[in-house]
Amino acid sequence: MDSALIPKGVTRCSPGRFFLWTLPWLGLLAWGLVSAFLCLYKGLNQTNMTNYFAFALWIVFDLGVIALGAGAFFTGFLTYIIGKKELKDIINSAVIIGFICYSGAVAMLGIDIGQPLRGWFIFWHANVHSMLTEVSFCITTYLGVLLIEYIPIILENRKIEEIRELRLFGNNLHEIMAVFAATGTFLSFFHQGSLGGMYGVMYARPFAARGGFYIWPWTFFLFILSAIAAGPSFTILCTKLAEKITRKRLVPDKAFQTLAKISGSLLAVYIVLKIIDTIAWAYGIVPKAGLTFMDFYKEGPYGVWLVVAEIGIFGILPAIILLIPKARQTEGWLIAGCLMNCTGIVLNRFVFVVVTLAIPVMPFDKFVSYLPTWQEWGISLAVIGYGFLLYSLSYRYLPVFPKEKELNAA
Amino acid sequence: MLPFIFEWQWNVDHIIFFGFLYLALGIVGLGITVAAVKTVFQLMGFMRERHFH
Repeated sequence: MDSALIPKGVTRCSPGRFFLWTLPWLGLLAWGLVSAFLCLYKGLNQTNMTNYFAFALWIVFDLGVIALGAGAFFTGFLTYIIGKKELKDIINSAVIIGFICYSGAVAMLGIDIGQPLRGWFIFWHANVHSMLTEVSFCITTYLGVLLIEYIPIILENRKIEEIRELRLFGNNLHEIMAVFAATGTFLSFFHQGSLGGMYGVMYARPFAARGGFYIWPWTFFLFILSAIAAGPSFTILCTKLAEKITRKRLVPDKAFQTLAKISGSLLAVYIVLKIIDTIAWAYGIVPKAGLTFMDFYKEGPYGVWLVVAEIGIFGILPAIILLIPKARQTEGWLIAGCLMNCTGIVLNRFVFVVVTLAIPVMPFDKFVSYLPTWQEWGISLAVIGYGFLLYSLSYRYLPVFPKEKELNAA
Repeated sequence: MLPFIFEWQWNVDHIIFFGFLYLALGIVGLGITVAAVKTVFQLMGFMRERHFH
């Protein structure tokens, strides 16, 4: 039925089977749309956000997917600027994952701001001293860059390519992709950093506040480093998942190995700096605030286990796994290492968003817990449904993996 | 946001913040324009078609 749209020389499942595969993701999307309608129609009272938790599940998801989506800009930087040619076999996948992450995050923010019709205020009445303003500018501009990087892949569709004008435009965009990749790297560098910087400058909240260099707290640099360490691992994970589901080899192992090695090396550097940062914070900012390290971990479910999990289990361990060539060459260990790396970064963002707000800062404050409503879950999980749908459609109809035919010959 | 809007201030903060934003937007816009103009030239036969795969 749709065979004319499928790339030449590759096989895809039947349209019926593909439709069945999309059903759960369409279900998640429908749940998200109902939740979004309720939030827009009735207001943010549909959530469990309060004056204590102005940032909640959606921002955890936002910060998580934006960090994981960093694989797009960093792989683009390695491919087009540094010249790692083997990554050309995985760059399309990285771009699509990045586009899904950023467009999903922006859509979720559209609901989170409560009044999307006034969303343009942040651009028009910009507060140039706000890290969040800079994040908004960079994320939206970078989403535009990702769209430009995605368009040539769409224009390579078998049927679209028959239209000469579109084929030529796609080729010409492809030719100057290094310019877009460099712009994307610049924009990503600053918004990843400013997301961290936003927490580092919260001087009234000693759990998050940090010292720094000039106007940038150390969290600015740690967020950039953690994103470029986790992003490539997420690209590997998604591509490996696509290989498992389709039961095909899609990308040569060399591309996986290059990305895994870079991801592991950056994670190792990040973890060393994170440990130094944690020690400096515990012996510097915490005592100055009249507190001790353990004061932050004595209430609610957020104990010192969080530090052990974030730095030890999901930080040091995956760095070791990804740095040892024999370990990362074994598929199971490679997947485990990447999964732990991504988990660690999401845990880090959770700690900064939720735990920072849960810990009391005034003598009359109390520890407040927070559980998301089904509407909050609906909108967050819709991003996952949307991601699976867009990636599946792209894989089915676009030549996402240039070596697919060659790797699956015979 | 723009120098002719009443909220604009001629100070280093505004110039740096918006300067980098307009630089990024300018590069992206210029890139798309270059690709579009080249496409038109190729369609009119003034430039040779190239393939990138």
